[in-house]
Amino acid sequence: MIEIDNLSKSFNSHKVLDDLSLKVSKGETKVIIGRSGCGKSVLLKHIVGLMKPDSGRVSVSGNDIGSLDDKDLKSIRMRIGMVFQGGALFDSLTVGENVGFGLIEHLRLHPGDVADRVREALDMVELQGIERLMPSELSGGMRKRVSLARALCIKPEIILYDEPTTGVDPITADSINSLIRSLHDKLGETSIVVTHDMKSAYKVADRIAMLYQGKIIAEGTPDEIQKLDDPVVHQFINGLASGPITDALAANK
Amino acid sequence: MFNRLFFYIGNNIMQFIYFLGGLAVLCAQGFYWSFQPPFKKQRVVEQMNKIGSDSLPIVSLVAIFIGVILALQTAVQMQRLGSEMYIASIVAVSVVRELGPVLTALIVAGRCGAAITAEIGSMTVTEQIDALQTFGTDPVQYLVVPRLLAATFMLPLLTLYSDIIGIIGGYLICVYKLNIGSTMYLNITFDSLLIKDLLTGLLKTVFFGMIIAFVGCYEGFNVKGGAEGVGMATTNAVVKSFIMIIAADCFFTALFYFIFP
Repeated sequence: MIEIDNLSKSFNSHKVLDDLSLKVSKGETKVIIGRSGCGKSVLLKHIVGLMKPDSGRVSVSGNDIGSLDDKDLKSIRMRIGMVFQGGALFDSLTVGENVGFGLIEHLRLHPGDVADRVREALDMVELQGIERLMPSELSGGMRKRVSLARALCIKPEIILYDEPTTGVDPITADSINSLIRSLHDKLGETSIVVTHDMKSAYKVADRIAMLYQGKIIAEGTPDEIQKLDDPVVHQFINGLASGPITDALAANK
Repeated sequence: MFNRLFFYIGNNIMQFIYFLGGLAVLCAQGFYWSFQPPFKKQRVVEQMNKIGSDSLPIVSLVAIFIGVILALQTAVQMQRLGSEMYIASIVAVSVVRELGPVLTALIVAGRCGAAITAEIGSMTVTEQIDALQTFGTDPVQYLVVPRLLAATFMLPLLTLYSDIIGIIGGYLICVYKLNIGSTMYLNITFDSLLIKDLLTGLLKTVFFGMIIAFVGCYEGFNVKGGAEGVGMATTNAVVKSFIMIIAADCFFTALFYFIFP
């Protein structure tokens, strides 16, 4: 479904992604873990065509994202829903207009049909009757749910989650994890979740991949990842303050 | 010392060239998307309200003060020559040809250009621009085109309004302070104003409107960092718009001087 081959990306001579390769199968939920700033969000932005690679290839359903013209890229994007870290809800629009944005802008649906689809998407994220509220009136957890409803409203085949549990309390974080899992079981879509929250990773992942120094250094099911004896993976998943990751950082300073 | 000075100047020149290049690309995209469907009238009307109707109070206030100040300043000189009646023509020509268009543009740049940058800038830092793109919506078509059309259309209208209010300011001083007859003031005003004065004044405001919209949007799209970045971009947008409006005014004044002397 999604194939990333030898992807490299640098910002001001700092190599963020370094010859990275990854495959995500249809219907799979792949969680990409790694430290903050290691390039997880950059990777997601390449998949949806928001960034162009310096070298390498990103392919979604056989379409090379980098070589698509605007029209084809637009149609691929309408098959991908993205849930941004802070929600990225449009401030000037109501919750209803936000959730129905993709439908209103690109599909010539009757306003009544749009309202039905918006209600249905909000039901899926367990929010009802908030269509008329503005994003500024929502809590952090609600913003994330509305952002997910906005992604679901276009009925995507792929959903990309950028740090879905960052910045919310543990109870809300757990309810978001349950929601991601139950939506996947219900809709069967392909998902990529980027996170550094291991509790979230274990709960939602079919497979986990760890991104470190621009490359995927380990991949496997949650059980396999926990049993790996790689010191880098071990330090990260156990949240240890000292180990090879912090040693490498200290050496670079 | 000199090395640092040259580096500072060179760096600023390079940044300005980079800015002009980016602005030129945004202008090309803005004009291109202005003619591409779907045309969303509602968004343009919304921006017209923000740029036009909402600017009326401040434009009225500044315009009437300018009319009053101009009349009082010229009155001092004209009274010495015993030619108070010419105050009306000086106020009318100055306001319609120069002060009305430029001051209205500067007010709109300070008020609406800054707001455009702050709005688009905060959308950039909160990933709303990325979110627009993931829905296959071009940010230039969605955000720049309504602001461009609204600013280009509303600035001449605001200027026309400001011209009228400025002349009323002069009228108040001349009629109620200097005891020039009301009919005489109006007759001199209309006699001294030519249609070309009005048209040249209004024509340049079309370009001032474009400058305000493009510079405001460009700075908004190029915000780096968080709230501090938005603040800096807003300041940059106002300063650059002011400089470009004055430079454009100088260019058009010279152009009209040679074409319609």
